[in-house]
Amino acid sequence: MSFAATQTTVEGTLPISWSGHEMALGALNFFAHLTRLPAHNPAPLPALFHALLSALLIDQPPTSLFAPEATPAHYIFDLSMLVLAICTAIFLVVAGLLAYALVRFRHRRGFTVREPAQIYGSTQVELSWTVIPILIVVVLFLATARVIFVTENAPHPSNALNVVVIGHQYWWEYRYPKLGIVTANELHVPVSDPHHTRPTYLTMSSADTDHSFWVPRLAGKMDVIPNKVNVMWIDPEKAGLFLGQCAQYCGVEHAKMLIRVYADAPADFAKWAAEQARPAVQDPSAAEGRAVFERNACINCHTISGTLAHGTFGPNLSHLASRDTIASGSVPLNPANLRAFIDDPAHFKPGVLMPAMHLNQHDLDAVTKYLMTLH
Amino acid sequence: MATQTQPPAGTGTAPALQRHRGFFEVMQDWITTVDHKKIGIMYITYALIFLLVAGVEALLIRIQLAVPNNTFVSPEVFNRLFTMHGTTMVFFVGMPILFGFGNYLVPLMVGARDMAFPRLNAFSFWISAFGGMLLYFSYFAGSGLYGAGTAPDVGWFAYAPLTARVFSPGHSTDYWTFSIFLSGIGSIGTALNIVATTLCMRCPGMKLNRMPLLVWLYLVTSGLVFVTISPLTAAQIMLCIDRYLGGHFFDTQAGGSAVLWMHFFWIFGHPEVYILVLPAFAFANEIIPVFSRKAIFGYPAMVAATVGIGFISLSVWAHHMFTVGMGPGPNAFFTFSTMVIAVPTGIKIFNWLATLWGGNIHFTVPMMFSIAFLFQFLIAGLTGIILSVSPFDWQLGNSYFVVAHFHYVLVGAILFMIFAAFYYWYPKMSGRMLSNALGKWHFWLFFIGFHLTFDFMHVPGLMGMPRRIYTYEADRGWGFWNLIVSSGAIFQAVAVLIFAYNLVVSYFKGETAGPDPWDAWTLEWSTSSPPPSYNFAVIPTVESRRPLWDLKHPEEPDSQYE
Repeated sequence: MSFAATQTTVEGTLPISWSGHEMALGALNFFAHLTRLPAHNPAPLPALFHALLSALLIDQPPTSLFAPEATPAHYIFDLSMLVLAICTAIFLVVAGLLAYALVRFRHRRGFTVREPAQIYGSTQVELSWTVIPILIVVVLFLATARVIFVTENAPHPSNALNVVVIGHQYWWEYRYPKLGIVTANELHVPVSDPHHTRPTYLTMSSADTDHSFWVPRLAGKMDVIPNKVNVMWIDPEKAGLFLGQCAQYCGVEHAKMLIRVYADAPADFAKWAAEQARPAVQDPSAAEGRAVFERNACINCHTISGTLAHGTFGPNLSHLASRDTIASGSVPLNPANLRAFIDDPAHFKPGVLMPAMHLNQHDLDAVTKYLMTLH
Repeated sequence: MATQTQPPAGTGTAPALQRHRGFFEVMQDWITTVDHKKIGIMYITYALIFLLVAGVEALLIRIQLAVPNNTFVSPEVFNRLFTMHGTTMVFFVGMPILFGFGNYLVPLMVGARDMAFPRLNAFSFWISAFGGMLLYFSYFAGSGLYGAGTAPDVGWFAYAPLTARVFSPGHSTDYWTFSIFLSGIGSIGTALNIVATTLCMRCPGMKLNRMPLLVWLYLVTSGLVFVTISPLTAAQIMLCIDRYLGGHFFDTQAGGSAVLWMHFFWIFGHPEVYILVLPAFAFANEIIPVFSRKAIFGYPAMVAATVGIGFISLSVWAHHMFTVGMGPGPNAFFTFSTMVIAVPTGIKIFNWLATLWGGNIHFTVPMMFSIAFLFQFLIAGLTGIILSVSPFDWQLGNSYFVVAHFHYVLVGAILFMIFAAFYYWYPKMSGRMLSNALGKWHFWLFFIGFHLTFDFMHVPGLMGMPRRIYTYEADRGWGFWNLIVSSGAIFQAVAVLIFAYNLVVSYFKGETAGPDPWDAWTLEWSTSSPPPSYNFAVIPTVESRRPLWDLKHPEEPDSQYE
């Protein structure tokens, strides 16, 4: 049961709180102690699995379930190895017996004439294939229940970063209440390394239909449901970009409701947060574009701090140019793409709720230039 | 059908007077019939037509997803395609085809002359058929006054609040609601009929513990239909109230609950899987023993496992909702109940294995489909256990892994057994054998196509591909796997065309079957093929579970051992 060994090592960073569930969980703890191995023992199942993948020349894509980079994803990955091992073993035994029976007891031409012996059942045999599966189910359930409670009852440390996630058709709004930041589609969180643990707690709800927040390498998905508040947590172990996308059908453009999570080193995150909290850049050379923006319906849906634009229906654009992508992560941000998007949003995202504004070429250029100054 | 008449055999009957009948006479005969066999055949034919339609929808979906950033269909069309594919396959292929076989076989197997309520039977069929028509009429009328027509595009489980009028204007969602509502009425009528027939119409000597397992499984399935169609119907009515009478059950903008819809839908939706799979098990219970030349192993355990599955299946629904944020308690409970259902299901697989063991296995076409079913259902069950592990489901839920898993159940298990049932009972229904050569082509092409499609469909799910996306990014590494998946669809399509051709050609040119072509043991094989409208000239009397075995082996009848 190597799976329990990896559990205990991760527990070092995030101690389990059993509060409120002690009675029910006494058995689970007992089971955990029974199966506990020395903490330095490497987990052979995940290692074996990765060796197998590399032997088969299978590359891990950016959204693979089998390349976890945060604690919740590690919990799931380690558990999944146990589950896959048990299921593979069951498959080999049962499929092997089936294949043997098919070959051994096949009808041979011109061989038997009489019917084979009729056997109607056997209590002992039937009892054995009832009891053994029950035992397997109990083992699997205990291992599973442990991960459920460890993940969902993890204590909320006081230094945790809190982000409010709001799902929209078809983009993500991220609010950092204590930092005074409102941004869209690109979530920045600090790295949580063993020396500076700082998990990020995502408090989630939806402005319209159901969505689901899924970044496989960081954690399992959590649904984002209107009139309901859900919470999940992530703690990326290293800096980098983690991809994901909406995993609950939410309407026409469900496919392009992509998620980008940037895990920044603590210093980088502090720098990013400070820049995002500033009011929007006022570049005199782009004043004309700002005027176009302000006298069109853009301001009904978008906010740019320090201007007339206070709309909340669409993404906050105060620091648009600091992002890498537009259209919920589906196209890189550059002047050409931005101009094409403003001209006809449905070109990149059919079904997008932003209408084509029918700006003339001159105004299009001006607005594009203005938006590109909003660092 | 009635033009085929066999010479009298066993408890069979004398041939009816033959004369050529005009088209309208034949149509009137079929439309006004209350004969369970004709209604069964109509159910099956109707389901086959929808199978082809929904199959074409699946092909279009697979063409669109074959390569990343494809623009073969628009997102709007794609969303309608997967909604219609799912809704059609569950409500207008799966349910009617299984009820069709049930209608045809249950009275014959219990030695009755018809269902308990023949007129209710006809009503159930026609109301269900009307539901299916209504669903597809939405292609012409879905947008009503809003412009061009559209089909429903809310997904087959139609999560609130996407179905609210603000997100689904027009009438396409209403067509979806009413078609399911109507098919639900039909399903309840047929379920009622099957329960009444099973309990009241059995022939002398057929105690409950002597019923063929097929009848037992249809009894449990029908019980599940009673319990689970009701919440579905209630939810459809609530949705209508929300949409047109100012209700707020699922209206989240006014304090309603999106999660409430999920509970209503899945308390139907999960037992529905068992409603569909139990008849498939039922076919396996009849076909595997006959071609192993052995009695089914552990009949009482099989019945107990079926009843167990029936009850436990009512307590697992929220495993579709592990990512909804129910909290650790409910997640643990539904993990456990879902894992527990693996135990009676495992008993069934082991009993089938034991039936094969020591037998004399004949690899006929129905048996080939049944054996493929055994392997595929084993895998489907194991991926089901994988998904029941709720933390793993937080990753896999709503991914292509789930799509692969439930298609392994619905195609790899249920559709394979439906094909087996066709090859096994078509001779009874038509009096002719299906072509063996075409049957083998059908089997091998479908088998290859199935595994290309659904084995490899698990992989993009493990790589993070969510379901119901009309296209995907090229950098995710999903393209290669999706191309394989789509290529398998072509094999399956060709195989289904061969099957359809076989059904038609064999009806006219197939080898004459005779009353008992498989040397089988249950009562339907004691009458002519096709049976006369009254089934049995003399109501049979049985003394064991295999009355024809007793007849054929008077030296060691089953009744000695049961």
